[in-house]
Amino acid sequence: MKWYIARRAGASLLTLFIATIVVFIGVRALPGDPAIALSAENPSPKVIQAIRHEYALDKPLPVQYLAWLDHALHGNLGTSPKTGLPVAQTLAERIPITLELTVLAMIIAVAIGLPVGILAAVKRGSLADYLASTTALAGLSVPHFWLGILFILAFAVDLQWLPASGFVPLTDPTANLTHMIMPAAVLGIGLAAVVMRQMRSAMLESLGADYIRTARAKGMSEGTVIGMHALRNSLITVVTVLGLQLGVLISGAVITEQIFVIPGIGKLTIDSVFSRDYPTLQGVILITATGYILANLLTDVAYSLLNPRIRVSGGAA
Amino acid sequence: MSSIAATATVAPARRGSRLRRRFARRPVAVVGLVGVCIVVLVALFAPLIAPYSPNASDYHAILKPPGTSGHLLGTDDVGRDLFSRLVVGTRASLTAGVLATVLAVVVAVPLGMIAGYYRGWVDPVLSRITDVVLSFPFLILAVGLAAILGPSLVNAAIALAVAQVPMFVRIARGEVLSLREQEYVQAAVVNGAPTRVILFRHMLPNILSPLVVQVTVAIPAAIIGAAVLSFLGLGVQPPTAAWGTMLSEAQQYVSQAPWFALLPGLAIALTTLSFNLFGDGLRDVLDVRMRS
Repeated sequence: MKWYIARRAGASLLTLFIATIVVFIGVRALPGDPAIALSAENPSPKVIQAIRHEYALDKPLPVQYLAWLDHALHGNLGTSPKTGLPVAQTLAERIPITLELTVLAMIIAVAIGLPVGILAAVKRGSLADYLASTTALAGLSVPHFWLGILFILAFAVDLQWLPASGFVPLTDPTANLTHMIMPAAVLGIGLAAVVMRQMRSAMLESLGADYIRTARAKGMSEGTVIGMHALRNSLITVVTVLGLQLGVLISGAVITEQIFVIPGIGKLTIDSVFSRDYPTLQGVILITATGYILANLLTDVAYSLLNPRIRVSGGAA
Repeated sequence: MSSIAATATVAPARRGSRLRRRFARRPVAVVGLVGVCIVVLVALFAPLIAPYSPNASDYHAILKPPGTSGHLLGTDDVGRDLFSRLVVGTRASLTAGVLATVLAVVVAVPLGMIAGYYRGWVDPVLSRITDVVLSFPFLILAVGLAAILGPSLVNAAIALAVAQVPMFVRIARGEVLSLREQEYVQAAVVNGAPTRVILFRHMLPNILSPLVVQVTVAIPAAIIGAAVLSFLGLGVQPPTAAWGTMLSEAQQYVSQAPWFALLPGLAIALTTLSFNLFGDGLRDVLDVRMRS
C-alpha cells in the first residue's frame, strides 16, 4: 500500500516536472519578445535590460527554465504587465472563487446523479430507467455555455429570481449563494449526467454479484441489500470518477465564469489571452495543471484506501 | 476445400449483417444515426439549402422573430437570415469536429500501437507524455494552444486534436497489449512478417471497434469544444457563420431576441445528441461483454 502511494507520488512529480517544461516552452513560443511581455506598457531599454537579467533571458534556454522554476518554487510567478500586481497574488484571490464554484457544482452533481443512478439501476429496464438514461445523455449533449444562457433567460430575465451575473464574496453568504447557484447548476448538471451513468453502471455490476444474491437468500430486506451492500461498493467507482472529472469542471468553469462574469481563474485565463498578459497566463496554466495532478494523486490514494483489494495487494488492482 | 473457402468468405459478411440487424433493433441508436446523416447532408449541401448568403445583411429586418416574412427562423442583430447562418454554420462545426478527431486518430493510433507492441522504453515515455497532456484541463490546454497558434478554425481543430490524442493513445495501446500475445500475431512474427505488417494489417482491423466507438464520442466533444472556442473568440472568426460565434453574438440580445441564442445552441445540442445516441448504440452492438 505504501509502495503504491510512493510510486504514484513519484509518477505525479515526474508528470508535474514535465508539465512545467511544457508550460515554460509554450509561453516562450508565443509571439514577441518575452522581456517586453514581462514588462509594463512602453518599457524603456533600461527596464527591458533589467528584466532580461532578472529572468535570465540573456542566458541559454535551460538556464532560463531553471531561473523561472526557482522563482516559481519560491512563489514568484512574475508580475502582470497589465495590472502591475504579482501574478501569485492575483491567483490567490481568484482560486478560492473557482474552488467554491466547482465544489458547489459537485454537490449539485452528486445530489442529482446519485439517487437517479440508483433508481435507474434498481428499476432497470423500466420507464424510470429509460427516462433517466435518456435525460443523462441529453445532459451530456447540451453545451453547458448554452445552458448558462438559457438559465439567464429563464431565471434572471423572465422570472427575475436570480441575478444574471456578478459575484459577491462569502462575507455575505446569502448574496454569495444567490449569485453562485445558477453558474454552479450549469456546471453541475453536466457532471450529474456522468455521475448518474457511472452510478447506474456500478450499481448494476454490484447487484449482479454473488454476495448480493447471498444477502437476498439470507432474507435481508431489499433496502438493506441496496443501501448497505450494493451502494457502498458502487460508491468507490463514483468517488474516483468525481476526482477525475475535476479537470472537466475546471474547463467548464472557464466558460461559465465568462458567461456569468465571475472573477475566478477561468475568466482570468481568457482575459489574460486577449490582453496578452503572458505571465498571468503562464501562472494560471501552471497552477491548474499542478492542482489537477494533485487531485488525481489524491483520487488514486482515496481509491486505494477504499478498495480493499488494493490495500491487501499493495498495488493497483 | 471449396466449402471451407466458401465459409471463410461468408463469415465476415454474415458478421456484418448480424451487427447491422443488432443495431437496427435499437430504435434510439437508429434515431441517432438518422440525425448524424441529416447533419452531414446539411453540411454537404449547405449552399443549396440556405435561401440567403450567410453574411447578407438586411438592415430593415434586424432582430426579427421566427416566422417573419422571408426569414423562417428570424434574423440577427445585423439583419442576417438565421436559418441560412445555421445551415452554413453546420459546415464549420462539423469540419472542426471531424478534423480534430481525424488528426487525433492519425497521430495517436500509430503511437499507441507502437507503445503497446514494443513496450521497452517507448511505452513509459509515451505514457508520461499522455499523462502530461492529460494534466492540463481540456479547455485550458485548448485556449493556451489557440493563443500560441492564433484564432482560426484550423488552429482550433489542432488544439482540440492535441487534447484528444491521449485518449486514443490509451485505447490503441491497451488493445494492442491484449492482442500481442494472440496466436495469429505470434504466427506472423514467426513467419518473419515486418512489424508494420503485423501492426497495421493484422492488429489494426481487430482494434477498430473500440476506436470507432471512441470516434463517435470524440466528434461531438470536438464540436462542442470548437463552439466554445468560437464563443470565446479563439476559433472561427466573425463574420463567418459558426454556431459558437452566433451564440457569442446573441448573448447581449438574450432578453430582446431569445431565439437568436436558442437556435444555435439547439443545433449544437441536437447534433451532439445524435452522435451520442449513435455512439451508444454502436458500443452496445460492438461490445463483446454486452453480447455475451
